[in-house]
Amino acid sequence: MDWPYWGDVMSDSGPPPRLSPRDFSVQPAALSPAYRSSRLRAPERKLVALPGQLGDLTGPAFGHDLPGAADHDLIHNFAAAGASALGPRIIVHGTLRDESGRPVPDALIEVWQANAGGRYRHKNDAYLAPLDPNFGGCGRVITGADGSYSFLTVVPGPYPWPNGGNDWRPAHIHFSVFGTAFAQRLITQMYFEGDPHIALCPIVNAIPDKGAIDRLTARLDMGRTVPMDMRAYRFDIVLRGPDATMFENGTGG
Amino acid sequence: MSDRLIESASQTAGPYVHIGCLPSWAGIDGIYPEDLGATIAGPGARGERITLKGRIFDGAGEPLRDSMVELWQADAAGLYQSPGEYRGAADPDFRGWGRAATDADTGLYRFDTILPGAVRSGGVTHAPHVALWIVARGINLGLHTRAYFAGLPENAADPVLTLPELAGRVDTLLAVRDGGTWTFDIHLQGGRETVFFDV
Repeated sequence: MDWPYWGDVMSDSGPPPRLSPRDFSVQPAALSPAYRSSRLRAPERKLVALPGQLGDLTGPAFGHDLPGAADHDLIHNFAAAGASALGPRIIVHGTLRDESGRPVPDALIEVWQANAGGRYRHKNDAYLAPLDPNFGGCGRVITGADGSYSFLTVVPGPYPWPNGGNDWRPAHIHFSVFGTAFAQRLITQMYFEGDPHIALCPIVNAIPDKGAIDRLTARLDMGRTVPMDMRAYRFDIVLRGPDATMFENGTGG
Repeated sequence: MSDRLIESASQTAGPYVHIGCLPSWAGIDGIYPEDLGATIAGPGARGERITLKGRIFDGAGEPLRDSMVELWQADAAGLYQSPGEYRGAADPDFRGWGRAATDADTGLYRFDTILPGAVRSGGVTHAPHVALWIVARGINLGLHTRAYFAGLPENAADPVLTLPELAGRVDTLLAVRDGGTWTFDIHLQGGRETVFFDV
């Protein structure tokens, strides 16, 4: 099978390159007591280092024929004919790269979110804000040859959640991202520039690094705004990448 | 060379991960034809059919009922269905990737698959195993572990199961057989905490 992504760092017949060791200083701690759910769900023992395994350097691929025609359009993909979701209409777009700066093409990105009132279409969400009959809350795209992606949605509402008594999530969109290696697998959340709830959120603050939080904060992008139609937000995503300092191949397995 | 970038920070998948990853399971129909990851091994896939199931327990011994597990494994010949597979072509009817929610009542996850083959690469042979990745509310960074199959002779020489730092913890990585069903329970905390890997 053709394998353009790793390009010059991989020979045709060799194993995929090892990834750089994960930099845990820019990742949330497993246990962050202010986020109560982590208290009983955070492993207590150290992770066991297991780098360079073939099974973790490979991963599933998804073709460009996977997403249906409306999968990228959350404004319409659950709406009745002629209807659309309530809320401020936006384009969310950006580029998926790895740590080496290379775009990651052909990668599956799945997104989900609350509606404009802050309510999820989920049986476990009983928030007072009503469901929007024309909003399902999920979408998916495959990145282009240049790693770019975009989808259409409405700005999700902030909502209260049972954690510390009066905690509110900043408006956010959940992202599930595949690279080419199972070890690159990432789930994260995109926040919106200027939201005062970001700084107050125990889930956000599980991340110890301010720069890392800032990089999860999408910026208003007037250049991609569609006049008289929708605003645009830019959100770039970075996955782990090949180790620039290490050219020996994986140890196997 | 371009400047080095920094990996995006992970955030919890939250309690509503199903909306984005398993929408049909969540009752959201009509957007996608089906949930991804339901079929790991197609009808023509070679190998011994098995079911892998289990529960994920928190530190209070309660099973997680809102989590999602992804599986990644080699085919019966030990080959991965991936562009990165360089040793040969995997079974065309075998996908090797699956995704499941833990049941909202019982907490059980379940994968119908085939017993993977041993993976020989780089001069090392890994005993048959599946990689699992666990995300949920309260888990800030997805957890990687491996399920091996108790009783397989290859386990004795597996380079992971024989790691000195796993002494006393190896049984947390072993699925236990009952007929065609293998049970692999995962413990997030406590004396039986499962070994999780920094892959």
